Amino acid sequence: MIRRGDLAGFAIGAIIAHPMRSALTALGVVIGVAAVVMMTSIGLGAQQRVTSAISGLGSNLIVVMPNFGGPQPGGGVARQAAGSALTLTDDDAQAIAAQVQGVAAVAPSVRGQVQVVSDGANWNTRIEGVTPPYLVARDLVVASGRMFDDAEARQGKKVAVIGQTVVDQLFPNADPLGQRIRVGDVPFEVIGVLASKGQSGFGQDQDDIVLGPLEAVRSRIVGRRVRGNSVQTIYVKAADADQLDTVQEDVTNLLRDRHHLREGEDNDFSVQNLASILAASQATVQTFTILLAAVAAVSLVVGGVGIMNIMLVAVTERTREIGLRMAVGARRTDVLYQFALEAVTLSLAGGILGLLIGVGGALLMAKLGGWPVAIAGWAAPVALGFSMLVGLGFGAYPAWRAAQLDPIEALRRE
Amino acid sequence: MIDISGLRKTYLMGEELVAALDGVDLHIDRGEHLAVVGPSGSGKSTLMNIVGGLDRPDAGTYLFEGEAVADFDDDELADFRNRRIGFVFQSFQLLPRLTALQNVELPMIYCGVDKAERRARAAAMLERVGLGTRTGHRPNQLSGGQQQRVAIARALSNNPDLLLADEPTGALYTATTIEMLKLFEELNAEGLTLIVVTHEQEVAERARRRVSFRDGRIVSDERRAA
Repeated sequence: MIRRGDLAGFAIGAIIAHPMRSALTALGVVIGVAAVVMMTSIGLGAQQRVTSAISGLGSNLIVVMPNFGGPQPGGGVARQAAGSALTLTDDDAQAIAAQVQGVAAVAPSVRGQVQVVSDGANWNTRIEGVTPPYLVARDLVVASGRMFDDAEARQGKKVAVIGQTVVDQLFPNADPLGQRIRVGDVPFEVIGVLASKGQSGFGQDQDDIVLGPLEAVRSRIVGRRVRGNSVQTIYVKAADADQLDTVQEDVTNLLRDRHHLREGEDNDFSVQNLASILAASQATVQTFTILLAAVAAVSLVVGGVGIMNIMLVAVTERTREIGLRMAVGARRTDVLYQFALEAVTLSLAGGILGLLIGVGGALLMAKLGGWPVAIAGWAAPVALGFSMLVGLGFGAYPAWRAAQLDPIEALRRE
Repeated sequence: MIDISGLRKTYLMGEELVAALDGVDLHIDRGEHLAVVGPSGSGKSTLMNIVGGLDRPDAGTYLFEGEAVADFDDDELADFRNRRIGFVFQSFQLLPRLTALQNVELPMIYCGVDKAERRARAAAMLERVGLGTRTGHRPNQLSGGQQQRVAIARALSNNPDLLLADEPTGALYTATTIEMLKLFEELNAEGLTLIVVTHEQEVAERARRRVSFRDGRIVSDERRAA
């Protein structure tokens, strides 16, 4: 019986005899594996960033929003545009704070996109009208200056706490505290600067924000969309994680009660805790990751077809060699294993190279493009396992063809 | 050593059945030097393929040292070719990628001889055929005669019982042919059984026994006194 090491020697000898052809043959697998590794790395990175972004919104956070989805008289979309569909109000927020147990902070909020101007500097940013508990609810910290207090929030004083990006854009060389800015057409005084939170997983700059008193922002800035004492979001922070579910339930019941919803009637608001939002977002990202990886895997299959093609050519070219090997005593299985091993070796070599390129490419994208990238621990074994399978799957037929040759015919072939 | 009786083999050529062997009986003793002659298509190559275990007869018996080779399965035939038979072909059939030494090692690889031993044996075999200094050369760096010597060394590397040479001098110059025949005679003198298929008169004349084929049958079987 032939020794295994000698079979491997035949395979490697044949591969290095045609280095260029072997490299091109393996290229398909290289590209396929590199693509799969890169795509899964991007997907995993996105998933991690979504996780950190959503947790970055604030821990133990419950988000209450008006629900436009339910069937509403007059048509939801039209009413949303008119702003009259905002079913949540300041009073709802106050009721939650007063009546629900285990709540650490309740923060009603309205928001809009505005042009902010200071001394000719001009910046388009997000504005949120909030009350002081907002900082607690969203885990934000004022780095310099101060937050407006409850009285200022209620009176609609025109003061603002701004994020670091806004500082950089409007006051690159000056102390922003005490400066006047124009938000839309309304002048505000900057009284505080938020500590930086960095980019969110959605590519959103969390420091690109202006916080103003709820009343002032609602009436002067976003008034056309938010009327009366309506709010767009109520952030509710539970005192600790164990109470998250009860708080969510209590908030739901309280609001149903306050909104006079009958038994069986749909909520006109939605209450979501971050854990469920997180799960939903992760599921979305995961779906995309799988989709990307599947597309990349197609190229791996194409690589396999390339190997099969070249192996069939090799069997034809080396017919005489096969005949001679049989004449000097190679069994059909020896020939089968030799060619199958050749295909697997090619594919595996391509897989190893593809893995290196994929990891390198992912790291490069992280470094140059700022993509969130995470390389899974299972990437290496899976990539190599799959490339071996591809080699075996697509090498099997050519190897079988080689093993079925008639030695007399094969020796006679020119 | 070899006992053949009533051997038949037919091929389908286009739409016509051609009897390549039409009832052949042949007995060969150990140590014989046999030439098989006859025009092309006379069936001598078919006989060689069957004797060498590359092909199976349609009918008849073929005993090699008492074993019914015609009944062997593919693996048994491969092992038979590996251990019992040494082939020498007209076109040498060396693998161009491999050195002379590696070519000679090939049959030993298929029966699992370890590297050190087969290196030593291959080197000794090349030495024996007069190519001791060319072990590292590839076939395209060797002359035709040298290539055929490598092929003979390869055929002998597993100590076969029988050397089958199919037109071994067909691709060689006259001077080289004579050297090759000398080598065959030496090997035969050392006890190796030798069957040479040939067209060439001078090659056939060297053999002590000459079997002539025509139309799938043996038409003469002459022995020459040594």
